[in-house]
Amino acid sequence: MIRFEQVTKRYPGGHTALDRVDIDIARGEMVVVTGHSGAGKSTLLKLLAVLERPTEGQVLVGGENVSALKRAALPYWRRSIGLIMQDQRLLFDRSAFDNVMLPLAISSHPPREATKRVSAALERVGLAGRDKAMPVELSGGEQQRLTIARAIVNRPQILLADEPTAHLDDAYARDIADLFRSFNEAGVTVLLTTHDGGLFERYAPRRLSLAHGKLQ
Amino acid sequence: MNWLRLQMRAGLRAARQMVRQPFNTLLAALVVGIAAALPATGYMLLGNLQRLAGTVSAAPEISVFMQPGASADVVKDSEKKIRALAKEGRVELISRDAALKRFRDNDALAEILDALPDNPFADAFVVRLKDADAERLEALRADLAKLPEVEHVQLDSDWAKRLDALIALGRQALSMLAGVLGLGLVAVTFNTIRLQLLTQRDEIEVSRLLGATDAWIRRPFHWFGALQGLLGGALAGLLTLVATRMLAQPMSELAGLYSLEFVLRPLAVLDWAVLLALCALLGWLGASASVRRHLSRIA
Repeated sequence: MIRFEQVTKRYPGGHTALDRVDIDIARGEMVVVTGHSGAGKSTLLKLLAVLERPTEGQVLVGGENVSALKRAALPYWRRSIGLIMQDQRLLFDRSAFDNVMLPLAISSHPPREATKRVSAALERVGLAGRDKAMPVELSGGEQQRLTIARAIVNRPQILLADEPTAHLDDAYARDIADLFRSFNEAGVTVLLTTHDGGLFERYAPRRLSLAHGKLQ
Repeated sequence: MNWLRLQMRAGLRAARQMVRQPFNTLLAALVVGIAAALPATGYMLLGNLQRLAGTVSAAPEISVFMQPGASADVVKDSEKKIRALAKEGRVELISRDAALKRFRDNDALAEILDALPDNPFADAFVVRLKDADAERLEALRADLAKLPEVEHVQLDSDWAKRLDALIALGRQALSMLAGVLGLGLVAVTFNTIRLQLLTQRDEIEVSRLLGATDAWIRRPFHWFGALQGLLGGALAGLLTLVATRMLAQPMSELAGLYSLEFVLRPLAVLDWAVLLALCALLGWLGASASVRRHLSRIA
């Protein structure tokens, strides 16, 4: 389903984040990418979300070269994936409900159906009843759940998560890991990066290790 | 239908944004309102002045003064000739006795007239022509002046011409003022939207990550500009209405001094509609320019 073909990403200044990387990910697979800081994990996800373009090579999804998508086509591609950034990017002046509603508003869902979906997504991540809470009123773990709810509310087939358990204590991190596992069991292709590969070991995902931009 | 729904949602989002910042919204609308009120009030005043000029100059008068000492027969004969020349008009004879009586009614002039040995006035005719253009009036004046018994002919429409010229000048000045203030209105909206874009920078970036198109991001800002312009236009209309109320009495009194009946009229419904539409359009233009310029710099 997802294929990285000889993908190299070199940033202006000469830093090579990824160096001739080849990856194949099947539909419904759960892949955990590990590696030290600066190994190229985040770049991998950014290339897939087309937040960055490869310097060389191509990223294919379902046979389509997404790294060659035109600017006008990018929004529609991004609507089809669930993206969880390392820095969460929640809107702190909006309620939990409104944060999760945003992707549906962007894709112009009818309000009634959108409301149902938001409630379902909040319930799915264990935030039922917290819809009126502002992000600042939520704990770190709850904020991460809110970010996940926002990523899944469009029911994506691919879920990308960059360090989703960073800055969380063990109990919260395990809860979040369980959530990703449950999405994967529901058929969603999950690609996530983490420092703590051990956290996901019990689900026996496919594990990729990056070091200095190269697959180990 | 989908387009309409998207526009309505964007409009609602913009309206909510305005309600969330009532003070800023009111302040920006006030700036727009004052900028738009100046040409709107000027337009209202010019419209009234033009109506007044139209009323007055609709019946210009030509005064025809006979030679002093002209006999009654000569005057009668002249009246026939004048009536023949001004066949579409109304001719009124003001005899020298009637003129003397009219001036005697004025206390100040009565004393002067008493000091004179004889009636200084000549018989005169007043010719009133409705709907006559300047060319016809001038031609008639020349024909009347050629009559041998006539001493002097006076065309009393010069001041109306001057008023018309002044109105034309005022209209030109008003157009320039409206243009400059319209640009100011665009600039105000441009800056307001720039600040809005900076304030909502996070939301814009997140929206792009979640798949928002540029059109989706731009739409509420366009609406914001248009709504701000609309609100400003409504304030401008209200300010103009207040000005009309305040000026109505003094204007009527001033007109009364010239024996004219005059009531200052406020902006008509159509004028209101044009004012609101123009302000909304200028707001939309300012917002559009600002979004185009600044959105590309975000994310």
